[in-house]
Amino acid sequence: MINLTINNQKISVKEGTTVLAAAKQLNITIPTLCNHDDLCVAGNCRVCLVEQKGARTLIASCAVPVFEGMEIMTNSLRVRNARKHVVELLLSEHRSDCTKCYKNQNCELQALANEFAFGDHILLSLVEEKNYNIDRSSPSFIKDDSKCIRCQRCVRTCSELQEVSAISVSNKGANQKISSFHDRPMSSVVCTNCGQCVNRCPTGALVEKTYIDQVWDAIYDPDKHVVVQTAPAVRVALGEDLGYDPGERVTGKMVNALRQVGFDSVLDTDFSADLTIMEEGTELLNRLKKALMDGDRKVSLPMFTSCSPGWIKFIEHKYPEFLPNLSTCKSPQQMFGALAKTYYAAKRDLDPSKIVSVSIMPCTAKKFEADRPEMRSSGYKDVDYVLTTRELAVMIKQAGIDFMNLESANYDSIMGESTGAGVIFGATGGVMEAALRTAYEIITGHEVPFGNLNITPVRGMDGVKEATVKIEGCVDEWKFLEGVELKVAIAHGLVNANKIMKMVRDGKASYHFIEIMACPGGCIGGGGQPIPTNLEIRQNRMKAIYSEDEGKTLRKSHENPEVIAVYKEFLHQPNSHKSHELLHTHYVERDNY
Amino acid sequence: MENTGLNKVDLIFEETDEQEVLTKAFKMSKEKIIQEILESGLKGRGGAGFPTGLKWKYTAAEKSNEKYVVCNADEGEPGTFKDREILDKVSNKVHGGMAIAGKAIGAKKGYVYLRGEYRYLLPKLMAELEDFHKMISEIGYDFNIEYRMGSGAYICGEESALFESIEGNRGEPRNKPPYPTSSGLFGKPTSINNVETLVTAMMILKHGSKDFLKYGTNDSRGSKVFSVSGDTPTPGIFELELGMTVQQFVNVFGDGDAKAVQVGGASGFCVPRKKFAETIIGFEGVPTGGSMKLFNSSRSMYNVLHNYLDFFAEESCGQCTPCRVGCQQLLKGIEMVKKGDVKSTYLNELVKLADTMKIAAKCGLGQSVGNAFKSIVGNFREEIIY
Repeated sequence: MINLTINNQKISVKEGTTVLAAAKQLNITIPTLCNHDDLCVAGNCRVCLVEQKGARTLIASCAVPVFEGMEIMTNSLRVRNARKHVVELLLSEHRSDCTKCYKNQNCELQALANEFAFGDHILLSLVEEKNYNIDRSSPSFIKDDSKCIRCQRCVRTCSELQEVSAISVSNKGANQKISSFHDRPMSSVVCTNCGQCVNRCPTGALVEKTYIDQVWDAIYDPDKHVVVQTAPAVRVALGEDLGYDPGERVTGKMVNALRQVGFDSVLDTDFSADLTIMEEGTELLNRLKKALMDGDRKVSLPMFTSCSPGWIKFIEHKYPEFLPNLSTCKSPQQMFGALAKTYYAAKRDLDPSKIVSVSIMPCTAKKFEADRPEMRSSGYKDVDYVLTTRELAVMIKQAGIDFMNLESANYDSIMGESTGAGVIFGATGGVMEAALRTAYEIITGHEVPFGNLNITPVRGMDGVKEATVKIEGCVDEWKFLEGVELKVAIAHGLVNANKIMKMVRDGKASYHFIEIMACPGGCIGGGGQPIPTNLEIRQNRMKAIYSEDEGKTLRKSHENPEVIAVYKEFLHQPNSHKSHELLHTHYVERDNY
Repeated sequence: MENTGLNKVDLIFEETDEQEVLTKAFKMSKEKIIQEILESGLKGRGGAGFPTGLKWKYTAAEKSNEKYVVCNADEGEPGTFKDREILDKVSNKVHGGMAIAGKAIGAKKGYVYLRGEYRYLLPKLMAELEDFHKMISEIGYDFNIEYRMGSGAYICGEESALFESIEGNRGEPRNKPPYPTSSGLFGKPTSINNVETLVTAMMILKHGSKDFLKYGTNDSRGSKVFSVSGDTPTPGIFELELGMTVQQFVNVFGDGDAKAVQVGGASGFCVPRKKFAETIIGFEGVPTGGSMKLFNSSRSMYNVLHNYLDFFAEESCGQCTPCRVGCQQLLKGIEMVKKGDVKSTYLNELVKLADTMKIAAKCGLGQSVGNAFKSIVGNFREEIIY
């Protein structure tokens, strides 16, 4: 243990603790900006400077480890003056049009300005002489350099958490900026639109591209029938933007709020998550059948999940040779959209051209996915507008809804029914667990051999997870699988996806089925979720997802009555011709820069 | 230079049988080498002046099977050009100094980080390096040196940014601690020394530290190579004993009309005429990595300062706020004062900002911008305003 004093208070901390962490233990707040729990130390914003007795300069408390006998002052005159200068310097490069900014009141720079730089500023504004670029090329997010404070959280996120490095630092000095390969627009670089940078940007430099006004216009248009679907991970995070602590399940309130906002029908992506299991599970079994029974060596195994549009774009850029290994299934969002304008339209006797399909997603990449040209096989765009969890919170606030005091409500029908298997799509390992619950039962006629259907080996926050399920007691049709050890793997966060892909590429992995989610923790940690994010917050959301699953009567996708109905009435059977036409897709090879 | 108080020295470029010196050095224990350098009082010749013996001692004390000697030849301080001359004339001694440092700290590998603009020297240096490698293998000593080229960024002369650059990353200073002596190049204990420091260390081993102690002052031992430029009839490279005053220097090198001398380049201090006599060039006064720039009365100190700030605003790596934005603020600030767009008292605010940069910037670059700024504004305030 190391003994030191901070503001004359004694404390003993473990070796290697930073001054910032030690101060936190004493409940002393040191302001920070470039620091983020998920990322490596940068030490570049200099907001967290403190005075170390005997040192010539101030020190960055986030970056300096404690030593025996250290004496720290966090609020000395030198510190206060320097901090005020640093905040003012940051503001002088920042376009402070706060009232127009999407991040107004949810901006870390603004909070610091309120504390340290209110009143007249001494330093001169440098904004006007800079040729700041605003990049609106991505359908998912906007990169506004005039709001950027060069903390490099986004750069570290893109390289450390995602190993994509679509953005990096370029130029130096006054011209230093966060940029892409050769300053290309974000829409034409390796960016996966995952939005993890958006989640960690302390200012309004990186924000989702918002479609709130378009959705309001549709709602107010009497000629339009507006359906909304809500992704599994939204219900365990939305509360954070509306006054709740992380981990609160607000499913019923959310449904009620959406109805009050004015959507004509409030439906559930969980329904199409269950449908995805039927389609993807069948696809996997067919591939296994071809490979194991027919001896077809051309079958692409392992098969990868295709629910995460960030992951899809990643593999299209980085490992295009493995595109045949991707499940051809559209994501639940797109399956829902395709059915909304066909099956749902027919059942409700609606003109599909009058249906506006909106989705609430924990994701920014979903905005890109909805815009893909492949996603209009019904003749109509599957999903017209994608809103993030954060955008929904804004709409609820705009509508003046007292969210915390709302009654719970139930989803509409049809396409509002779901099982616990659909819910857990929202957490890493969830798709795998849902698939195993159904596939095992199809093959053997009985439930997966895990207590209470909880396949715990595929759960949790480990970056790469592996599991083996021995198949025993097969029904006649699947006898060839008897005794087979089904090997599966799960990765979340593209840095972990990359690990698995390297193993697969190098022939070092013998998996049959791999689930990959682009974001840390899966969709619960998605780029469209409430800000801030850290491991603890994501863990709380994850717990909520699994408790939502436990609370469901139906917990296996194939038992979803509405899924059964859609096959009976419309699709006939999984992987049918109609399914392929509406619910499956193909992928494209993309450049790697 | 008789009767001028200036003592010309011939140490760095002195004719030397490197093989003989190295043979002698390699027979010494590492403790003895470090002791000799410590006793000489040698301080780093790049400008910062860290005691070389201590740096070697700290690096030697680290337990690691991989250590590195890095020669900082990214001579980028405006007005400094002595390392170029040293590399051009006596590269054997540079390489020799590195091998001696390697012996002292326990490193078998050295890197020279050569300023991008000195690329034209490379073919000659590579040929000389090949001979050097042959020579030490004849002595029976194992030490290998490689060259790495800079690409023109001033910040890459900062030691940790230099490591990043060698490692193939963007040249940005690291957080300290850890210091290079424990975690430097490739995360290994590293002694990084200036070109001239390494040569001086070798020459100390040739002559013995006692000989070195005959020159200079208590705080500034020995001699050093100066790069003289600006308003002088005799620009060039001069090796002089340390301890002279600026007045003595000006008496020899001035054109008779010197009003200021910028000691230590853009990151150094401006000494005005009225302080020539009292200011010693060295660690007790104003230190310098060698840059000595004279300005006569025809020069506008506003232009001089503007030039430096322009330089810093461009050459800051940009990662830390005080340096990236501070340099722009100082530059824009003096422009506004000059144009009369803000009151002249705004200079006082800029001085406060420069003080903050000194204690808040991440590395030596940002911390030293205030040196030139404060010394020029402090001594030539009226030239900045009017």
